[in-house]
Amino acid sequence: MKQANLISALSDRELADIDKEIAHAPYRCAVAIDALKIVQQYRGWVSDESLRALANYLEMSAEELEGIATFYNLIFRKPVGEKVILVCDSVSCWIKDSDKITRQIAEKLGIGLGETTPDGQYTLLPVTCLGACDCAPVLMVGEKLHKNLDGDKIDKLFSAGDSAVVKLGEEP
Amino acid sequence: MTDRPLTRNIGPDRTPTDLAAYELNGGYRGLRKAITAMSPADCLEMVKESNLRGRGGAGFPTGLKWSFVPMGEKAGPGHKYLIANADEMEPGTFKDRLLMECDPHQLIEGMIVAAYTIQADVAYIFLRAEYFDAERQLRAAIAACYEKGYLGDNILGTDYRLDMYVHSSAGRYICGEETALINSLEGKRANPRAKPPFPQVSGLWGRPTIVNNVETLCNIHHIIERGADWFQSLGKGEDSGTKLFGVSGRVKNPGCWELPMGTPVREILEVHAGGMEDGYKLRGFLPGGGSTDFLTEAHLDLPMDYDVIGKAGSRMGTGTMIILDDHTCPVGMVKNLVEFFARESCGFCTPCRDGLPWSAQVLDDIESGNGLPEDMATLQKQARFIGAIGNTHCALAPGAMEPLNSAMKYFREDFERHIEGKHCPYREPENRP
Repeated sequence: MKQANLISALSDRELADIDKEIAHAPYRCAVAIDALKIVQQYRGWVSDESLRALANYLEMSAEELEGIATFYNLIFRKPVGEKVILVCDSVSCWIKDSDKITRQIAEKLGIGLGETTPDGQYTLLPVTCLGACDCAPVLMVGEKLHKNLDGDKIDKLFSAGDSAVVKLGEEP
Repeated sequence: MTDRPLTRNIGPDRTPTDLAAYELNGGYRGLRKAITAMSPADCLEMVKESNLRGRGGAGFPTGLKWSFVPMGEKAGPGHKYLIANADEMEPGTFKDRLLMECDPHQLIEGMIVAAYTIQADVAYIFLRAEYFDAERQLRAAIAACYEKGYLGDNILGTDYRLDMYVHSSAGRYICGEETALINSLEGKRANPRAKPPFPQVSGLWGRPTIVNNVETLCNIHHIIERGADWFQSLGKGEDSGTKLFGVSGRVKNPGCWELPMGTPVREILEVHAGGMEDGYKLRGFLPGGGSTDFLTEAHLDLPMDYDVIGKAGSRMGTGTMIILDDHTCPVGMVKNLVEFFARESCGFCTPCRDGLPWSAQVLDDIESGNGLPEDMATLQKQARFIGAIGNTHCALAPGAMEPLNSAMKYFREDFERHIEGKHCPYREPENRP
């Protein structure tokens, strides 16, 4: 593939955001992580095509960028659901029965950790301590932190309708 | 009333403090004093005298750390960097979130004074990805500072200049290790670097770099404004200043409070956290996050001072305690912790990459009733080899062995009951101790 085609795989908005990062970096590939996050912000995940285009734009090899992308747990190299649910499984939440909460969500959504619902709505992932241990157990959906969870709260949060689609409610 | 410099702008409703409110309450006075009336060497001397020790976990004296940064012509041409380690991910730790979400200018003021002291001209806040509120607060506060002349060229009319950026990370606990953090900020995989060279001499992009924890930096301008003696007088025991102490687990009132350094564990647990939840008894606690050794009831009257907790066989770490109660299985708790560290290993060195999953596997066998009597010896051997500083590339794996080693010391009978009974006794309430 020609270089021009590779760069054109990134949108103008993505390129503009990446350029802002490059402006205060000593060399282009120094912004690799910021750039992966920018692409993911617009597309939800980082495809092979985006990764190759990005590597080319940052003047690094695709293999090196792949090594970086797969190191970080919040860079997604596979498509994820519209909403990514991050369930804290670290010690303070575990003491407060986070494993039961996780099982309950998994049953409701019909998926396991690391999986996405067939309708593409939700991806369920474990996450390291979210730094809200005084409100354990906790989880995050998108940018929102849900605290002091119990069975009832999870029921309300994931209130199933008559269809197979499970809707995410506001925190009760 | 006790002096609480770090949380003076943080109310019970946790409303963020904006620039106007921050200044009204004495904000940016420390910066003004440092930058217009003191030399970098004066500032360094004062921070050294204050005996401030790093609040990220290691407790290294901050002034001493800074003193290794080459100054003037010795630094050679190019930038020097200050980095706030805001990658709060130690299990059970929830203090820096509070400081950044509720009082972002306090961190920024501390950072400007710290950067001035080491004559850095670029500063970064390395923030964990999930702290979206903190990111918004910090970005808005930095923009307000540029507008007001606290950042950028000619700060407060002097010839000092500083640029500040927020870097929102992409996950992984290992980024909290300072050299891994530097690699990540350079856009690389977050593998820790070999030391020496130390970051103070060769850090970010090969230039002199200081990495300090958020809470450490939040203290700096208070020390400059009010003096080293004042700061020393805040501590109850050997250590200076106040500290954000936290408690999580089965207690009545889990939370985070700014208290004098040297506050006894019992006071934090019983007065501030309200004691154990009804029906639960204390069996042990990790004094400062997931990578610290268990202590027990016998240690409740110890003051939370770095050296005292160290002598008792643990570490004060981040000062946020995790409580083990009598309904929670100690083997299960250690398994949770070791699985965490196994998952978060960067994979660079063998003892960590292969040793931690092995430990996790043995703990899983024991917890699920498939343990063998010789498993205890295996765990002990792992703890000895993986836990020894020098056998691994960084402190992650030795940190993982701290709760395991101490659990085998204090809760040995629990491990043995699992192995002999071939199941976890905590699954049936009547079999709990």
